[in-house]
Amino acid sequence: MIATTDNAKKPKPRTVRFRIKRSDGHGKPSRWETFDVPVQPGENVISCLQSIATHPITSEGKRTTPVVWDAGCLEEVCGACTMVINGKVRQSCSCLIDEYAPEEGDEISLEPMSKFPVVRDLWVDRDRLFNDLKRIKGWVPLDGTYNLGPGPKESRDKQQTRYKLSECMSCGCCLEACPQYTLETDEEALEKTFVGAAIISQARYFNLHETGKQLEKERLDALSSPGGVQECGNAQNCVQVCPKEIPLTESIAAMGRAVTFHKVKQFFAGE
Amino acid sequence: MIASEGTDKRVIVVGGGLAGLAACVRLGEQGVPTDLFSMVPVKRSHSVCAQGGINACNEVARQQGYSEYEHFDETIYGGDYLADQHPVLEMANWAPKIIDLLDRMGVPFNRTGEGFRDLRLFGGSLFRRTHFAGATTGQQLLYALDEQTRRYEAEGLVTKYEFWEFLWPITFTEGKTTRCVGIIAQDTRTMQLRAFRADAVVMATGGPGLIFGKSTNSVVCNGAAASRCYQAGAAYGNAEMIQVHPTAIPGADKCRLMSESARGEGGRVWVPRTIGDTRTAKDIPEAERYYFLEEKYPAYGNLVPRDIATREIFDICVNQGMGVDGQNQVYLDLTHMDPDYLTEKLGGILHIYERFVGTNPRFEPMKIFPAVHYSMGGIWTGYEKGNYAPGEPYGKHVSGDLPPVDSEPGRGLRPGAPCNMMTSIRGLYAFGEANFAFHGATRLGANALLSCIFDGLFNGLSVANFVNNLHTKMSTDGSHAETPASAIHQSVYDEALEIEQAKYDALLARVSEDAEQSDEHNPYVIARELGEEMTAACTVVKTGEGLEKAIVKVRALKARYANVQLADGAMWTNQSLVYARAVGDMLKLAELTLVASKAREESRGSHYRLDFPDRDDDRFLKTCQGIYDAATDEPRLEWRDVDTSLVKPRPRTYGKVDAQPEKKEEASASS
Repeated sequence: MIATTDNAKKPKPRTVRFRIKRSDGHGKPSRWETFDVPVQPGENVISCLQSIATHPITSEGKRTTPVVWDAGCLEEVCGACTMVINGKVRQSCSCLIDEYAPEEGDEISLEPMSKFPVVRDLWVDRDRLFNDLKRIKGWVPLDGTYNLGPGPKESRDKQQTRYKLSECMSCGCCLEACPQYTLETDEEALEKTFVGAAIISQARYFNLHETGKQLEKERLDALSSPGGVQECGNAQNCVQVCPKEIPLTESIAAMGRAVTFHKVKQFFAGE
Repeated sequence: MIASEGTDKRVIVVGGGLAGLAACVRLGEQGVPTDLFSMVPVKRSHSVCAQGGINACNEVARQQGYSEYEHFDETIYGGDYLADQHPVLEMANWAPKIIDLLDRMGVPFNRTGEGFRDLRLFGGSLFRRTHFAGATTGQQLLYALDEQTRRYEAEGLVTKYEFWEFLWPITFTEGKTTRCVGIIAQDTRTMQLRAFRADAVVMATGGPGLIFGKSTNSVVCNGAAASRCYQAGAAYGNAEMIQVHPTAIPGADKCRLMSESARGEGGRVWVPRTIGDTRTAKDIPEAERYYFLEEKYPAYGNLVPRDIATREIFDICVNQGMGVDGQNQVYLDLTHMDPDYLTEKLGGILHIYERFVGTNPRFEPMKIFPAVHYSMGGIWTGYEKGNYAPGEPYGKHVSGDLPPVDSEPGRGLRPGAPCNMMTSIRGLYAFGEANFAFHGATRLGANALLSCIFDGLFNGLSVANFVNNLHTKMSTDGSHAETPASAIHQSVYDEALEIEQAKYDALLARVSEDAEQSDEHNPYVIARELGEEMTAACTVVKTGEGLEKAIVKVRALKARYANVQLADGAMWTNQSLVYARAVGDMLKLAELTLVASKAREESRGSHYRLDFPDRDDDRFLKTCQGIYDAATDEPRLEWRDVDTSLVKPRPRTYGKVDAQPEKKEEASASS
């Protein structure tokens, strides 16, 4: 008997209705299905999806297939379970039913993110996000893994700035909310479409590091090419939806300035 | 040596957490092309959940008397002498170098005013030796290794197979030796099965928390991959050693960890001295609070190792009935500390608590209870000893003493020896939590990240050497002494693929036709019942009787599982099939865990038997090896002596004294 056993006697569950947008994959038609899920206090969207997986019966009493969704840590640090809940993009693990649907008969709608191709139901393919990290050379160029002593010393303030940026879990909320970020599946076009706030902020993160800076020029080149920082429309939605409260607009502004400076320098250097 | 062009060498790494990524980075650096398989995009691996930090001797602690040797000694003592001593010595010796490397990779470790890496206290040590990045250290380390792996991916040395599931190791027998020469894996989106060739395979697939139902683990930590290796013939070590973390928040879907760093930074665990005290925490005066860990363990206080803290909390709630509000929960209190300091040091976990519980731990004590957290047990691995061989095991180390040996590389293990962390199947390696070697009967806090990265980096070299030897060692007749994977006949791979394809087809055919799916054969229901049974019988307190009942139950679940029914017959992205398949493997690993727990008739570290409350070195200073018997579909156990030639076992008490809840109350009443 440990933490997994519920403490208090369970009260009678109440019912919450889930409307879930389902589809068999990218480009296939979608449909809505509804499920009446009995919930106890303290449940979240994930535990409700688990209930649906165990007994996949719609509110009309029809047998259906279990809903497919993506999940990982369930504590809002891995980014996997991101979806659109009641029209707003967020992680489903931290979406508590008591908060989101406090009244009997309340409804919760779940949809897959719209800026990425659907794999099935609520699961989307966010490969593009990880590929875009290659576009900006998102790493510190090490000589190798042999023992060469410590890294550069760093002030507390700078560490705090970098730490905040490094909390980005590539969930894609900022991209879902961005008017300039569009659904794209054509591989060639992907190279030229807007990378979005998460990637720009990561470029800033690596440029702030003493060794990471070595690749600053390449990163600024990438961010001044098609799909770079100039395509930001300044809607500022990104910073509102970031679950980690990363100062994304600050990052975009910083990288915008750096790109301008970089181009001016290139112009005078005759590059 | 950089020789990727034209080479037909190939390594497979299964799992993209810290251990798997560290292995990829090391193999990439060696120029060995690597295929990396993961159930999830590697950046989302369970390592992100690690919070508190990573241990290593450092200059400040060293000047106060700490040493790599003491880190080693703490780990062995913490693990109640069940860990393999040689690998642990080598790991402790490398720890400071690993921190330096992570620092160079750009991990934003917290800093002191002068810009040095900051340190915090952690369980099982009296020295500050834990490096950290806020309270999301695992996430930060994983990202750094993910970035370095991405670099090798961009250079073409690492190929990622994300959303692919490992199904089975492919073995090939040549002369008298059977060796692993590849894997069968399945794309969980298209459901395509494929055979992949490799000269060596590294299992870095983490722990099996899900066999306990709700744990602090991520949804992919079901242990299925390790279970499949066990079923394929790899010995499994110390399955009974499961760590229950003292401080977690119980939830409907999982238990969320509240890091040991909360106590490392000054958090205090307490309950009201009076049973049934209904006042809110802040209305209970200091003298009426029972800080039971501090009173019972004056030296270590709240930072006793996890198994001890867990048993004390369990005792307070379950046996003494002193839980807060009469429930199974105790206070973890940070409210005496500066809120801004807490945000800087512990922001990550405070955020989780606020999000999921709704109260602010800066101003209101957290309510926590133990939860299954980590598996010290794992796939059994071997090693080649280094050159530290004292005439007699050293039994006299006292905290702060000069170490009996220096920390030169090669003291514990021979660096690069091909057999380091190789399983009982040649060519198959196990790294990280999937490896049983480092933590014995209890893992000390902030040693997990270290063992994962040490395995990947240090023993990654062993894998590279094994592969290089395979390609260069010739027999007298001029042929390869052992055939490299690229030259093995295709039929070996085709046959292995056929077997797995048949298993998959058979499972897919089990779609339920009934309008109402029966709970009897519902994989989700079977898994839930498994979790409840395992949690009740095989966590904080175990008894022979309870374990026997659980074995009967799990065997009944296995029988029900034999007729498992799927709710989805889709031939693409069939998540219920993937889940149902894993449940079958979880049942077998759970059975081994129970059988091993029952056979170990003693109490050691995290394994506490009410009917055998003492450590029994005569009978059980031994590694328990679980061997799968395919004929009976049940485990068989073998016991191997632990090599204690470096450190002599001593009683593991952490300086416990008697303490009673009433004591202080009387004292304060009379004063």
